[in-house]
This record gives sequence, structure tokens and C-alpha cells, in this order.
Amino acid sequence: MDGVGLRELAPQVLSVLVRRGADFATAEDAVQEALIRAVAAWDEALPSDPKGWLITVAWRAFIDMTRSDVARRNREVRFDTEPPTGEVSSADETLRLYFLCAHPELSPSSAVALTLRAVGGLTTRQIAQAYLVPESTMAQRISRAKRTVGRSGLDRVGDVRTVMRVLYLIFNEGYSGDVDLAAEAIRLTRQLAASVDDAEAHGLLALMLLHHARRRSRTGPDGRIVPLADQDRRLWDRALIAEGVAIVQAALARDRLGEYQAQAAIAALHADATSVEDTDWVQIVEWYDELLQFADTPIVRLNRAVAVGEADGARAGLAALAQVDEHIPRRDAVAAHLHEKNGDLELAARLHADAARNAPNVAERDHQMRQAARLNEVLRHRR
Amino acid sequence: MAKYLLLKHYRGAPEPMNGIPMDQWTPDEVEAHIQFMRDFADRLEGTGEIVDGQALSPEGVWVRYDGEGRPPVTDGPFAETKDLIAGWFVIDVDSYERAIELAGELSAAPGAGGKPIHEWLEVRPFLAAPPTVTE
Repeated sequence: MDGVGLRELAPQVLSVLVRRGADFATAEDAVQEALIRAVAAWDEALPSDPKGWLITVAWRAFIDMTRSDVARRNREVRFDTEPPTGEVSSADETLRLYFLCAHPELSPSSAVALTLRAVGGLTTRQIAQAYLVPESTMAQRISRAKRTVGRSGLDRVGDVRTVMRVLYLIFNEGYSGDVDLAAEAIRLTRQLAASVDDAEAHGLLALMLLHHARRRSRTGPDGRIVPLADQDRRLWDRALIAEGVAIVQAALARDRLGEYQAQAAIAALHADATSVEDTDWVQIVEWYDELLQFADTPIVRLNRAVAVGEADGARAGLAALAQVDEHIPRRDAVAAHLHEKNGDLELAARLHADAARNAPNVAERDHQMRQAARLNEVLRHRR
Repeated sequence: MAKYLLLKHYRGAPEPMNGIPMDQWTPDEVEAHIQFMRDFADRLEGTGEIVDGQALSPEGVWVRYDGEGRPPVTDGPFAETKDLIAGWFVIDVDSYERAIELAGELSAAPGAGGKPIHEWLEVRPFLAAPPTVTE
């Protein structure tokens, strides 16, 4: 059994412990302990019943922890959960944990950390590495999150919306480290989509798959940004695209549109095109208009302006851009692109330099600086 | 989830409201200030928001490469350097607003007379990794 297979059992084992009356915070620690022991023990011989093995070891760890002084201090919060009667499917149990970890009183970063540990089965060290903070900081964040969840009780757990926001964050803001957070987000979203009857959960899964399919082409070997127009589309993962397209089509057919489905539809149109010129920009603009109904944000309007620029020309794009808040990241970058398309290279070069100065990350800064330098060179040759 | 640098300056920041230099404070006032800084760091540790906190010596030198096979050239310190960093906290927080809130709290560190210094702190966002979804 590989690491992921092992981690898939984590939420199920945790649910069993909680159902037996263990408090969530300590049970969660006990499952971590069992996972760590499994990595060492299973290397030699895989038990015939891995889940049963984990439950036994985690339960013993839980008993040990409740006896120790440290745990007694940490155990100030108890979960007053009635052990549910009757059969509970493991999908329902896992879903319950998702909702718990997306508790509305948790800040986004806390919900992300708790989800990755309790549902994803990652270690604190792995999560700390992924978000570039010290392990002790991440440990505090997680135990605080568990206390918050415990204090606020189970009657106000999150819903599928808050869970999807957490999963989207995990997908979108992954850093390096030994865990592939994007892949982890996809795994967790797959699980979610399988356990809830919700078109948006499928939309989110499709959105992730369609973006993930393009990841090898998005950056150069040195980490540089490769813009969509210059991406080598032969590197796109056709199998993932086919899966993503099928999922979003099935979701859209249910006629329960939401922001993730609209975003997935846009990603599908990009994935479908053999080049930027060949892209159905008119339809993409229409999808951005749909998306605005659900999420009227400056970012959506900014991306819509790019699409308008491709569909109806640079001037139309600039007119759309004029409606976008001036203070949002990447606005200068988009303006530069549209002005270059419109033939105003000097303004475009200046805007690229502004965009570099205000870039939110190093890759984007370097990309904008290269664009500015490229245009300035063209301008020097003209003189 | 974004990292910010809260920068404390020896020189170069605008004048604080309670700007009497530390060496003019009473020993108790100095103690209270140090304790405040320690408590602030502990609190951030408790909330899972601290990444790093360091203080710098005001004495530094400038160094530059001086060509193949030659030792680096050092120069300074220059008394006229306008900007002088005293130390920093690196925090990892949910929002810009939270970063501002924390910097505001840090700026309330007590100085002369036990009153807040109202020191100006510089808040600088880190350049992070690019997001996955950009269009």
C-alpha cells in the first residue's frame, strides 16, 4: 500500500475513533501516530486488514494519550458526540469530517491546515513545508483550529460551499515541498464529489483537472512563466482533459450552474483549442458573463477583459478594462498586453515595468520584466 | 495565507509620537518594553502566525565583489545611511488587514513613561509562489 492509499484510510479511522466516544482533538493526534507507525511497520509486511490494523493502533495510542499528562492538558475540549446509531457508510463519515474541518469559525488558513491533516492524513511537518512556515507554527495553527471546532461544537459545522472553498485554496495556493498539494486537492475533491449530490462539487473537480492537465506547459524548466499563447500544447495531459470535459458537461446538463462550473467551462474551452487563435473566445466571454452572475469580482472582470480583447479586438478589451478597479494585482499586466496588441508599444513597455514592480510573486515579476525589456529593445531598434 | 515582513527601523522611519530614545527611559520602562516584545512573539506563536522574528545590530558593513581572485571589498558603516533596519517579524496571516492589525499592536509597544511609542513600522508583503489558476 502506498502513502496515498494509507492516507485514504485516515479519515475513516478517525471517524471510528470519534464514534467510539473519543474527543476529536486527541483522536486526530492518535490517528497521526498510527499513520506514522504504519509507514514503518507496513514496509516489512502489509497487514491483511489495513484499516483494522490502523483502528487498533490508533485506539491504543488514544488510550495512551488520554492517560498522559500532556493530553490531559490538551483535552480541555471534549466532543459531545453521541455515537451514531446504525450503520454509517465510510463516505458519510468522511463527509462529516470535511464539514467539521471547514467549520465557519475557522480562518481559511486554519481550515486548510486542519483539512490536510484530518482528512488528507498529511503530517504537520509536510503541511508546514508546503506553506513555508516552521513546524511549530503549523502545529499551533492545527491545535488551535481543533480547539475552535471543539468550542463551537458540532451543531455549526460547515457545508459543502465552505468545504469547496477550502479545497480550492489548497489547489490554488500550493507551494513546493514533498507533497503535491494540487494532486492532494484533486484527490480530496474526488472524494467529496463522490459523496455529495452537488453539481458544483463536480464543477470544482473538473476545474482542477483541466488546470492540472496543463501544468507541465505552464512553467519553463527554470520556473519561468509560460503564458497561455506560448504554451506547448503537446504537453497537455489529454486524458485528464477528456475526464475534466466529461465531468463538466455532465454537471452543466443538470442545469444547476455555479461559479466552479462556469470556470471549468472556460478552462474546457481553452483545453479544447489547438492554439490561441483557434480558441472560441466569443464563447469564453459569454461564460465570463455567466460567471459574473455568481462572482462579480475584479479578478473575473480583469480576466473577462483579456477574453474580450481576443474576441473583439484590443480596443474593446481596453474598454472592458476601464471598468476594472485600478488597484488589483495583474491589472497593469493585462493593460500592457492589450496596449501592445493595440500597437502602443511605449505605453505597453511602461505598464509591463509597473506590473513587474507590483507583481505579487517572483515568477510574475520576472515575466513582466522580460516583457518590458523585450518591448524596449524593439523600440530602440525603431529609433 | 500570505507572508508579511513587519520591519522596525533604527533610522529612516517617520518620527514616532513618543520618540524619546530608549537610553533615556527608566530601567522599568526598558523592562516593560522588552517584555512586551516577548509577549507579542509568544502570542503570535500561539495563534500559529509567526514565521520568524529577529533583531539586527545597527553596525554593519557594505561588501562588494572586487574581481577574480581578489578578496571582497568592504566599506562603511556609513553614518549618513538614511535607512537602518533594527529587526523584523515575519508573519503568515490570512489577510492584509490582519497584518496591519498586528503591526498596529506591535507599534503600541511601551516606551518612555510607559506610554505607547506609536512607532512607525513598515509592512512589506512577501513575493509568494504564483497561484495555479490565473485565467
